[in-house]
Amino acid sequence: MSQATTPHGGAGDTVRIPIDPVTRIEGHLKVEVEVKDGVVVDARCYGGMFRGFEQILRGRDPRDSSQIVQRICGVCPTAHCTASVMAQDAAFGVKTPTNGRIVRNLIFGANYLQSHILHFYHLAALDYVKGPDVAPFVPRYANADLITDRIKDKAKAESTNKYGLDQYLKALEVRRICHEMVAMFGGRMPHVQGMVGGGATQIPTAERIADYAARFKEVLKFVTDEYLPLIYTLGSVYTDLFATGVGYKNVISFGVFPLDDDGKTSLHKPGVYIDGKDEPFDPKLIKEYVKYSFFDYSKPGGLHYSEGETNPNPDKAGAYSFVKAPRYKDKPCEAGPLARMWITNPALSPVGQKLLKELYGIDAKNFRDLGDKAFSIMGRHVARAEETYFVAKAIEKWLKEVKPEAETYAKPEIPDSAEGTGFTEAPRGSLLHYLKIKDKKIDNYQVVSATLWNCNPRDDMGQRGPVEQALIGVPVPDIKNPVNVGRLIRAFDP
Amino acid sequence: MSLSRREFVKLCSAGVAGLSISRMCHPGVLHAMTEGAKKAPVLWVQGQGCTGCSVSLLNSVHPRIKEILLDVISLEFHPTVMGSEGHMALEHMYAVANKFKGNFFLLVEGAIPTAKEGRYCIVGETTDAKGNHKEITMMELVRELAPKALATVGIGTCSAYGGIPAAQGNVTGATSLKDFFEQEKINTLLVNVPGCPPHPDWMVGTLVAAWSHVLNPKEHPLPELDDYGRPMLFYGENIHENCPYVELYDNAQFAPTFTKPGCKAELGCKGPSTYADCFKRRWNNGINWCVENAVCIGCVEPDFPDGKSPFYVAE
Repeated sequence: MSQATTPHGGAGDTVRIPIDPVTRIEGHLKVEVEVKDGVVVDARCYGGMFRGFEQILRGRDPRDSSQIVQRICGVCPTAHCTASVMAQDAAFGVKTPTNGRIVRNLIFGANYLQSHILHFYHLAALDYVKGPDVAPFVPRYANADLITDRIKDKAKAESTNKYGLDQYLKALEVRRICHEMVAMFGGRMPHVQGMVGGGATQIPTAERIADYAARFKEVLKFVTDEYLPLIYTLGSVYTDLFATGVGYKNVISFGVFPLDDDGKTSLHKPGVYIDGKDEPFDPKLIKEYVKYSFFDYSKPGGLHYSEGETNPNPDKAGAYSFVKAPRYKDKPCEAGPLARMWITNPALSPVGQKLLKELYGIDAKNFRDLGDKAFSIMGRHVARAEETYFVAKAIEKWLKEVKPEAETYAKPEIPDSAEGTGFTEAPRGSLLHYLKIKDKKIDNYQVVSATLWNCNPRDDMGQRGPVEQALIGVPVPDIKNPVNVGRLIRAFDP
Repeated sequence: MSLSRREFVKLCSAGVAGLSISRMCHPGVLHAMTEGAKKAPVLWVQGQGCTGCSVSLLNSVHPRIKEILLDVISLEFHPTVMGSEGHMALEHMYAVANKFKGNFFLLVEGAIPTAKEGRYCIVGETTDAKGNHKEITMMELVRELAPKALATVGIGTCSAYGGIPAAQGNVTGATSLKDFFEQEKINTLLVNVPGCPPHPDWMVGTLVAAWSHVLNPKEHPLPELDDYGRPMLFYGENIHENCPYVELYDNAQFAPTFTKPGCKAELGCKGPSTYADCFKRRWNNGINWCVENAVCIGCVEPDFPDGKSPFYVAE
């Protein structure tokens, strides 16, 4: 079961380790690392699938985009739907009624909870927790460095592992309940009907709001009593994983969950943090590069999304990924919960503050108080868990603001020609959709998604993508069991 | 004539409402499935898809996904769920396919791109005896596994009919299982469970029916399939004819916008050309369904999406 490409791997040798497929993610990804003296010295992310949404969308009714684009990702269709309807709102010049904005937040917010819980428990946790010895939990690495290996006291190891495993199973129920919340106003999930350009399609009744609230209460209890404590407990077992996977320390957030009807304020702030400095987010500074991607451009250099091109070429020499390389000010930037929490810097949950003190001796009030620990494998899991709580507390407010029987939709007219961009944040990172309309049809549609931001290949300047960079320095003491590589990749939730 | 048919359907759906297919199954069948799981493992592979079908399966209520994973099926390969990764995962998959040759279910999510020798979808890589790496395309994977399977299930509209990856404008040669089987002369039994995504009951129910048949063909004949390879049990009824709002249609009470009362036909509802039991089964534990919320976009049909779009214009 060796993953190594050479039989060596002794001191001084460089060993190439491909992991293909990277599993427990959405989509098709291969990662190849070069390991020297027990640490990763180089890495490449290979995006292995192309479907061609941007081409398929051309010539269609602009309103169809919010349905088509959801099929980009079945884990976060509501994010793509949100970006699409925001682009439609802008292009159509329609203003969503207040109640429509809040209903959209309730739909999208519920899927944030679902996505983060699914990610940690059902995608990431098996890197730490030992599952039962049956499929799909086996086969597993022989030297998997699980909780049961880490904790020397056998009884304590078993009980801690059982705590994790019981939660894995319980979380299956909880994430299903989150989807019931999405469907309450979204119609069904995955792939909601309930959000369209101009607002939300179903006026909330008092009964539906109460049904949503009852489910939400159960989910919030799980997040507070189980998810957060488990993350901090896990981190106290894997303290070394707070010190690996730093990456560029450049992060980006477009902002998400509008808090007013003009889109001036949002729950998570837009912003960038580059070379240790906070800066306002300026969409003009985004470019996508394709030197190492299987795409051809009609001109050299990077392209802004408003002039974006999608011409796939799987035969392109030197290219290794179907993912384009987006850059902000020509810098690779990490997106996702860590980026959003770093930029917004909200107060940590009471549970988090208490456990950071008890288990780590850290006095932390806000997210940035975690300091360098945040930029790590475990830091990204903490960011995601804390963000789950942060979004849940916002849902609590929106449940008080949403009005039964109040209008949620304003019917738009499709203009002959127009353009609009929807900026939002998928649970896994920054997401924009650019819509250009000509003769009432889609003339160009460009998607810059979270996985593009994080799992991209090198750009024209030769800079690695954020996940490629974060892999540098990750310890791989045993080349036959490169567990930390998968841990790092999954911490990004690609 | 049509009225009496409607009444008949109403009677049936009243009896079935709130009950999922798997719940209707005899407890003995569930027991047999549990026993049979070891004999018939499941390999779930993904091509050009979005993982939405897998996520929908996780939403199963009767039985719970926990029971499905631990007690009902032996999910030997599933890229989103399984513990393993890389070569270890692929080698295990091939080992299971060989060990249980002719006796496992191959579940396919996503379309199969056939342009450029299939290089629009790489699903993994293997190493040959000389240590050379070889990329495996979705095409090669299905070509190798499908002939060895007892039956193949096309999970979701992409694998059943091509779906969105095969829509107009695509350059990847996205192909359905049926067309791919014809090209490759693969004769393995193929059952389609379309939907974008399919309802969890449709997936679990079809597997239950197929397994029951394998374990006891005399007592459990294969479920009847329609011309598009779908079980009639789930896809036999027209959404519009059975719609709870059909009287509004009959009385020409049409909703002028999404949030106003009335039949949604003029807003683009594709219920009249769509066959599925969403109207009585509803979604996400019975919480809601597309027509109550907005419109049906016909996601279970072979002509989805091109034949159903524009989605918001009356057909």
